[in-house]
Amino acid sequence: MKTLIRLAVCIAVMIQSQAYSQSGSMVEVKGGEFIPLYGTKTEVPVGDFLMDVYPVTNAEFQQFVESNPRWRKSQVKKLFADDNYLRNWKDDLSLGEGMLPNSPVTNVSWYAAKNYCECQGKRLPTVDEWEYVAMANEKQPDARTEKTYNQFILSWYETPDTYKKTIGNTFKNYWGVYDLHGLVWEWTSDFNSVMIGGESRKDSTGDNNLFCGAAAVGATDLMNYAAFMRYAFRGSMKAQYSVKNLGFRCVQDVEKSEL
Amino acid sequence: MTMKNLIYILLAAFLFTACNNAEKKETEVENDLAETKVSAENKELPELSIYNLPSTWTTQNGENIQLEDLRGNVLVMVMIYTSCKAACPRLVADMRNIEKQVPEGDLDNVKFIMVSIDPETDTPKRLKEFSIENDMEDDHWLFLRGTPEDTREFATVLAVSYKKISPIDFSHSNIISVFDEEGVLVHQQEGLGVDNTETIQAITTEVSN
Repeated sequence: MKTLIRLAVCIAVMIQSQAYSQSGSMVEVKGGEFIPLYGTKTEVPVGDFLMDVYPVTNAEFQQFVESNPRWRKSQVKKLFADDNYLRNWKDDLSLGEGMLPNSPVTNVSWYAAKNYCECQGKRLPTVDEWEYVAMANEKQPDARTEKTYNQFILSWYETPDTYKKTIGNTFKNYWGVYDLHGLVWEWTSDFNSVMIGGESRKDSTGDNNLFCGAAAVGATDLMNYAAFMRYAFRGSMKAQYSVKNLGFRCVQDVEKSEL
Repeated sequence: MTMKNLIYILLAAFLFTACNNAEKKETEVENDLAETKVSAENKELPELSIYNLPSTWTTQNGENIQLEDLRGNVLVMVMIYTSCKAACPRLVADMRNIEKQVPEGDLDNVKFIMVSIDPETDTPKRLKEFSIENDMEDDHWLFLRGTPEDTREFATVLAVSYKKISPIDFSHSNIISVFDEEGVLVHQQEGLGVDNTETIQAITTEVSN
């Protein structure tokens, strides 16, 4: 019987990791090194990991609050979410009028997003991981110097209410990930690692490079602008903020999924 | 029981492990709350209290504590790392200046807490050495080290940003925060060597409450 149980455990573990990696919900991203726009001038290493193909949807988050009452909007503690948390929901368990189950969930705080991922055995991506995957277009892992790639992102920034669209609406990138640009902004685990130069009165080693560098702008203008918007947004966030165009997706370490 | 059923049961158990952990954590917190509710004059923990965070921390003396163990004290908190050469010595000096101006009789009800943003380097031993070097050995000085994840989460509560910028250096916000006896943030001062009159005022007000 013992052997049987052990066998069953093994199979269960295998099925579980299959469920994670084959349900179409996650794809593997091969790590590497890249120089992010902001915060460092040297290459940062990114390890291999799995990333959700789509942002977490309203329907998925609905299930989450059903089984985790403390994240329902009437019960969430103010330390963990501001008054805008799930603002457009009709009540604790139902979406508001006109909200689609298949749209990305928004108006969620960092704490809620983090706990959601933990409950799936996953975690939020780091800023570096997110940026690493998001620099891909359909064909290339790093499309940051492509004019069309940047134009797409910038025209999205100018389009209102894209959070109302449904997931899968934008392009499938090099890694097989959808909607990193085009629907919603996304939480990252270390969003509060962004030190924006304008806040230098608070920062010990304020990073003013971005603004100094602005004097010497060249061909990479657009790319820097698009990425700067994201970093500036992160730098302005607090973890309890719940914003209408900010959602999230989860990632998972490769070793963990393979056990 | 058939093999198939067994697998299903195990599978279900596995799939819910993570969530159950989170819930268990919550139940533990609720139990703790229930206990402290009794001790703290039946007062419920305010929603904005940092004692809602369930994380465990290690002190410079190697003791493991929950933040909630500090309930009842006025807390003055700052995030630093001990190998820091730039801003931290000044932040530490700011903390000391504040401590010096708090009336001696009030010090029993105040904890001055340094939370490390570099838990890898700042072992309890290292924190202890730092406290000795800086002559911060009185009971009201507390140095805390947590997991990288809990540290990141704690920083979000203080609205502190930090980032590792080299193997030995971090950039970070210089914010000193004051919490009332229930763990609710009541005052923050930002910057180095700033006028700390209001901070001291906040501490004495809270102690007298």
